[in-house]
This record gives sequence, C-alpha cells and structure tokens, in this order.
Amino acid sequence: MVTRNLIIKAEGLVKRYGELTAVDGVSFYVEEGEMFGFLGPNGAGKTTTMKMVQCVSPKTSGKLEVFGMDASAHPREIKKDMGVVPQENNLDPDFTVYENLRNYSRYFDIPSKEADKRIAELLDFVQLVDKKNVMSESLSGGMKRRLVLARALLNNPRLIVLDEPTVGLDPQARHLIWDKLRSLKKRGVTIVLTTHYLDEAEKLCDRLILMDHGEIVVEGEPGQIIKDHIGTGVVEVDNHPEVVECLQKSGSSYEIMGDIIVIYTNDPMHITDQLSMECSLDKITTRKATLEDVFLKLTGRKLRE
Amino acid sequence: MSYLQYFQIPELDRRLLKVWLRNKDVFMKNIKLNFLPPFLEPILYLLAMGFGLGTFVDDIGGVSYAQFIAPALIAVSVMYASFFECTYSSYVRMYYQKTFDAIIATPLIIEDVIAGELFWGATRSAINALVMVPVIAAFGLIDLKYALLIIPFAFLAGLLFACIGMCFTALTPNIMVLEYPALLFITPMFLFSGTFFPLEVLPEPIQYFAFAFLPLTHIVRVIRSLAYGSLELSLLSSLLWIFMASLLFFVLSMNLMKKKLIV
Ligand SMILES: Nc1ncnc2c1ncn2[C@@H]1O[C@H](COP(=O)(O)OP(=O)(O)OP(=O)(O)O)[C@@H](O)[C@H]1O
Ligand SMILES: [Mg+2]
Repeated sequence: MVTRNLIIKAEGLVKRYGELTAVDGVSFYVEEGEMFGFLGPNGAGKTTTMKMVQCVSPKTSGKLEVFGMDASAHPREIKKDMGVVPQENNLDPDFTVYENLRNYSRYFDIPSKEADKRIAELLDFVQLVDKKNVMSESLSGGMKRRLVLARALLNNPRLIVLDEPTVGLDPQARHLIWDKLRSLKKRGVTIVLTTHYLDEAEKLCDRLILMDHGEIVVEGEPGQIIKDHIGTGVVEVDNHPEVVECLQKSGSSYEIMGDIIVIYTNDPMHITDQLSMECSLDKITTRKATLEDVFLKLTGRKLRE
Repeated sequence: MSYLQYFQIPELDRRLLKVWLRNKDVFMKNIKLNFLPPFLEPILYLLAMGFGLGTFVDDIGGVSYAQFIAPALIAVSVMYASFFECTYSSYVRMYYQKTFDAIIATPLIIEDVIAGELFWGATRSAINALVMVPVIAAFGLIDLKYALLIIPFAFLAGLLFACIGMCFTALTPNIMVLEYPALLFITPMFLFSGTFFPLEVLPEPIQYFAFAFLPLTHIVRVIRSLAYGSLELSLLSSLLWIFMASLLFFVLSMNLMKKKLIV
C-alpha cells in the first residue's frame, strides 16, 4: 500500500476550559485526500477539536500537527492552506455576497483579478450567481451556508474543515452540499467534517471517529464500524415481556429502547423466523444496520445537557 | 498570576492593514451618512454655544467665546469618534457579527485584528478632524497657519482613545456595561478638560488631576494652540504625555483582548 501524506496528526490532544476537560487525550490522523468525520453527542468536544486544528484555539497539552507543522508554532502558514466552515455562520452582515468574498480574499493576499475570477467560479459552484449583489443578511439559511462554503474555498485550500456544514438545511440543500464535497474530494482536497446527520457521515466519510465526553469511542470505516458493533441487520419488535423472555432464551443481542426492542444480528432472516415461530410474533420489522444504531448503542439514549 | 503578561510587546504585522481596509470599505459604503455628524455638529454647537451663550461671556484670554470653544469641539469629536468606534462598534463586530472569528480563520491572527481596529479608530478621529477644520475655518474661528497639523495630531489623539476604549471592550462583561465608561470617564472629560471654560477657574488639585489623568486636557491644549496659530515649546510635554499614554494603552489593550479572545 502507498503511504499517503498525513494532513493532520494528533496525539494525546487535550483541551481544558478551566475545570472542564472538553477534549481528553484524543489521538487520530487524517490522510491526504480523505473525507474524515467527527461524530458525537452535543458537548462531545467536536467543535473544540476543530478549533484546535484551525489554529484558533490553543491546545492544553498533547501534540497536534497540520500539514506536518506544529499547530501552535505555525498558525499563519497552516491557515493559508485551510478552508473553514464554522458551526455558526459568521458572514459579514455589512457586506453583500460579492463583497463578503472580495473582502475575504484580501486576507489571503489573492490578487484582485484572480480574486474576481475565483469569486465568479465559486458563486457558480455554490449556485449563488443570482445573489451576487444581495446583502448577506438577507440570504436564506441554506444560501448563507453555501456562501460560507464558497468563502472557505477562496484560497484553494488543501484541507477544509467543516463544522456541521449541513445543519438546518432542507434535503435539497444538503444534497447540494454533499455533491460539492464529493467533487472537492475528487480534486484531491482533504475534508474533515463534523455532523449529527449519521446518514450523511455514512455516505460521505472514508473514515470517522465517534467522540463522547472528550474521548474517542470508536474509529474506523463506517461500514466496518457498523459490522463490528451491530452486525449487518436490525430487527425491531414491540416491547412485550414475553418477547424479552423469548429473546433471553435464544441468547440474542438486543436492546430495549422504550416501546420497541432492537435486535442486532448478522442474520435477520433467522431471527425473524425464530421470533415468529417460537415467540409467535407477527409485527416484525427488519432493516439494514446503520451508524445511528452504533451511535445510540455506544453513547446511550440519554439527552446531553 | 503575573501582571507582566499584560505588558508583553505585541506582534505587529502588515496584515493589520487588511482589517483596517475592511472597516474602511464598510465606512465608504455609507460615506454620506458618516460625514454628516462631524459636519453638522460643530455648526450646531457654534451657533448655540459660541454665538448664543457666547454673547453673555467675556473674552477668554483675548479671544471670543466661540473662538475658545471651537478647537475644543474638534478635540471632543476626536475623542468620541475613536472611543465609540473601539467600544460599541468593535464590540458589535467581535461579539454579535463574529467578524473577528471569520478573520482569524485566515492567515491573520488576533493581534492583526485588534491592531487594525485600533488604527481604524484613530482614522475615524482623523476623518472627523478633516471635516471639522474647514467647517470651523469657514466661521473664521481658526488661524490657518497650523490648522492642517490638527489632522495628523487627531490621528495620534484618536489612537489613544481607541486604545483606552478597546481596554473597556476587553473587560466589559456585556455591551450594556459599556455605558459606564462613557458616563464616568468620557462625559466628565467632555466637561472638565478645559473644553468650555478654562481649566484655571477650577481648584488647583482638580487642575493637576486633569493634567495627570484626563487625556482630553492635553488634546484640547494642543488643538487649541494649533488653532490659535501658536506653537509653544511647552506643548511638547502634552505631546509626550499623549504619546506615552498611547503606547501604554496600546500594549495593554492588545494583551487584554488576546486574553479575552484566545480561549
Ligand atoms: N469557550 C468555551 N469556554 C468554556 N467551555 C467551553 C467553551 N467552548 C466549549 N466549551 C465546553 O466544551 C465542551 C465541548 O464543547 P464542543 O463545542 O466542543 O462540543 P461539540 O461536540 O461541538 O457539541 P455540539 O454537537 O453541540 O456542537 C462542552 O462541555 C462545552 O460546554
Ligand atoms: Mg459543535
């Protein structure tokens, strides 16, 4: 196998805010050209990790290298080749769409003519050509998100870091952003993203990390993670005491989630047959195992503060 | 915790100009609106106080009351322009608009942002002086000999108030609390810095206090002297005071903002 360039390398990365440990010794690496995901419940430490990678928040301890450079020693050099889509939009409300991009290109020392060329391309890329002269405040949520994405691409970054890029978007807009991310990946751009949409992570990411309480819970390829922790299929039945008894007898791996029982398996047909024969059940649903099952299994069902 | 951390010499990079340019671009978008206050304000004040109230006032040191307050109006405007730019306006950009966050995701760092804001604040002061000097000259209240020097001086004086304002911006827990420095620091200065009556009529201890701690006192003194067309060597002490204070508050504001924003 060809060893690829490491774009990000973190070892024992820690971030404390006073007493609170937001990131608690995480280690991971991202290779050039990868699409890499961060999942985890609210407060897991995803944004905090992203901010350290973006060189805007200093680490408390551990090692963090981006493009092979120490993140705390070379912020300017690293940020030159990075694009950032923050969790909260921070477009400039004093400017139009075009002015937002034009002004931002100055921060990257992009010459004026080149900037205009890139802006035209990018507005086309994120389908905002019609909105060029509209104040950024009057864009819809989805348009703002697309503009932030365009802004993150102005400097032709080698790495883009997106913190919940599709939050609050309708399905069309989400699909558009996914499309754009895939085409960026094809061009060789390394992409790191966080998301709460697990279908999104499953579809897009080559590898991902599930974080909880500042630590990494699992890491790997989405398909493999599902296989390892759930199996290939999931069978769902209504929660009745008789069913639980029956399942216990057969020794299946299951979990009670409120009104339903979820059974993890590699052989859903077998379980279905078994349940309908031995437990005389008729309302049985079978579906493919998803990342959502892994997420809920590993991080629990309790709401995070 | 060491207090020395507030006195670290900040890094200055040419990239701070990009932040200055951002603010200038926004200013230019509303240029007509932005020029109106420094144009109209001196006219209103001169009419009401200079020529209205002034008819009840004897000459002060050989000049009419209107002539006496005209330079002070410039000084006050210089103070207001950069102080409010680097308190309320900077706070809005920092906290509500997240402009600083957007900028530091580029090769710029937070020092560039704050320094750019400070120099922009100083520029606002210089712009106000630029508008006001001709207006007041049109009333015949300014000696034109050194009048143009008021504009670069307004930049330096503006920088001082920008830096002081930025310290408050760094320390304030929310935007409402910024009301207090405006009320307790700016308003007394507006009244007691030799602006609308000579400092000499106040008790001596208060005069010393004004010279030691109220920056506007020195700024009024310098602008008044330039407006009267007289350059005295004794002005150097005021210039030195302003310069040293600017340096001190520049360093302090940069470090306070770094401490607030780098978490
Ligand atoms: N500036 C800060 N000061 C103090 N605590 C903070 C700060 N930023 C984040 N935290 C805390 O750090 C922890 C991790 O927050 P973080 O924003 O990284 O979570 P997240 O995984 O991005 O969550 P979400 O999915 O809700 O965006 C939380 O407990 C949060 O309260
Ligand atoms: Mg987050």
